[in-house]
Amino acid sequence: MADLSKMKISEARDAMRAGDVSSVDLTEACLGAIEGAGVLNAFVHNTPEIAMDQAKAADARIKAGDAPAMCGIPLGIKDLFCTKGVASQAASNILGGFKPEYESTVTTQLFDAGAVMLGKLNMDEFAMGSSNETSCYGDVINPWRRGNDEAKLTPGGSSGGSAAAVAADLCLGATGTDTGGSIRQPAAFAGITGIKPTYGRCSRWGIVAFASSLDQAGPMTKDVRDAAIMLEAMCGHDAKDSTSVDLAVPDFEAMLTGDVRGKTIGIPREYRMDGMPDEIEALWAEGRKMLEDAGAKIVDISLPHTKYALPAYYVIAPAEASSNLARYDGVRYGHRASLAQGDGITEMYEKTRAEGFGPEVQRRVMVGTYVLSAGFYDAYYNRARKVRTLIKKDFEDVFAQGVDAILTPATPSSAFELGMEMDDPVQMYLNDVFTVTVNLAGLPGIAVPAGMDKQGLPLGLQLIGRPWEEGDLLNTAYALEQAAGFVAKPAKWW
Amino acid sequence: MSIDTETAARVAKLARIKVEEDALPALAQEFNTILGFIEQLQEVDVDGVEPMVSVTPMRLKRRQDGVTDGDQQDAVLSNAPDAREGFFAVPKVVE
Repeated sequence: MADLSKMKISEARDAMRAGDVSSVDLTEACLGAIEGAGVLNAFVHNTPEIAMDQAKAADARIKAGDAPAMCGIPLGIKDLFCTKGVASQAASNILGGFKPEYESTVTTQLFDAGAVMLGKLNMDEFAMGSSNETSCYGDVINPWRRGNDEAKLTPGGSSGGSAAAVAADLCLGATGTDTGGSIRQPAAFAGITGIKPTYGRCSRWGIVAFASSLDQAGPMTKDVRDAAIMLEAMCGHDAKDSTSVDLAVPDFEAMLTGDVRGKTIGIPREYRMDGMPDEIEALWAEGRKMLEDAGAKIVDISLPHTKYALPAYYVIAPAEASSNLARYDGVRYGHRASLAQGDGITEMYEKTRAEGFGPEVQRRVMVGTYVLSAGFYDAYYNRARKVRTLIKKDFEDVFAQGVDAILTPATPSSAFELGMEMDDPVQMYLNDVFTVTVNLAGLPGIAVPAGMDKQGLPLGLQLIGRPWEEGDLLNTAYALEQAAGFVAKPAKWW
Repeated sequence: MSIDTETAARVAKLARIKVEEDALPALAQEFNTILGFIEQLQEVDVDGVEPMVSVTPMRLKRRQDGVTDGDQQDAVLSNAPDAREGFFAVPKVVE
């Protein structure tokens, strides 16, 4: 039954409820697929015993009737989520050996709904990266290749392990997190669907913090319907996260009608970048036409401060990171450097952090320290926060004009070769050019696979929605998915 | 605006990350590249604009000022690199 891991969440749910397949069958199929896919380096801590126990419990619950939609669904969990008693180290050596005594709220909700954890997924260290090359576990390999070319491609980042695992059918869905594009960019690079909900939809409690005002969790799945099902299980108010919103979570799946007649879709002119590949431009135009053919009204809009989003992000995110990552001091958890005779507490901090953090994390912590330091706080940090206000206002203005959703490319390229962009941090940062505005404005955004480039690699489109209207956004994405008809899968070579 | 090795060393110290002397010039160069990128923000007219505090306007919830958790010494110490007699152990702090 090797094909069971290829099922979608909706198919598996229906098959389990009908008694055609069990969670134990599904889980065994996924564990087998994971075992055969070591070369992708997507799963980094496997938890087969936990998975089988959860699968058996899920089967009993389904048999008893009235089980939630996620019951018995085998998932991969990004290493950024704290999972009780299971290694959770944010792909960093500084958290080597850390086994949380508690469970994150999002994973608690998923497991309470009966979902099965297959293991922890690779990612960029502390979610800082766009190619999954900053991980202490090594690179993740994208299951997609350029035809017969054996060059290893990035699955994107930071949720690169999640994207690769879902694309390669090692699990039915995976959790991701998105601070500047870390769900949507890898989803686009791997030909899968990924949604970042509105800031405050998912509790951040128990998720290792990177930039707290930007971080949001979300699902990475094989289609839009699965994203709707899994997102619903992840959302909800949590008293343990003061920024989590106390709003009812709608039945997102029930909102997938595919009807977008009368909706207004904005096309922002500032997202037409110099040097953007023709194929991305063409895909964007096709997406516009697909939504128009489906009955939506297309309008050209302007988001004038778009150009300043990345520079603002690269002040705010490192500033928050330098503060959040101050907790890694070698005292309470994780790595502590061995000390020389006469070393005091300052040497312990400095050596521990130099050994434990990789180069990109060190760079961002220090940039953040600099922009927050006396004399530069106003010039950099406060200015960036003011620009952030303007970026959010750009979106508020177009929503006030009646725009329901905004269509953009998801990424400025298809998946690139591993090792190609590692030398130039700023070049790497440009990967997030279309996604980072959404985090700065706290909006929901979804990446949907919509086509292929000449090399045979998937390309994604992004839809940006109004705050708290994930249901409407998912429905527009569903209409786009139906029109695009993207069904390609990577040819199995691993 | 250009960062010299002295500034790079000061930032590394503030961030409590040990950087070897011979790595400082490259670090300063990296800072300069990133800060050059950030420098674009100076073009934006931000007169009269409030810095963003919270992306979603919300009133923080209040709760009863009561004990909700605690009495978990073993769990708190279970991941410590060095825990002794119910405490985190660190090198000597006070001379």
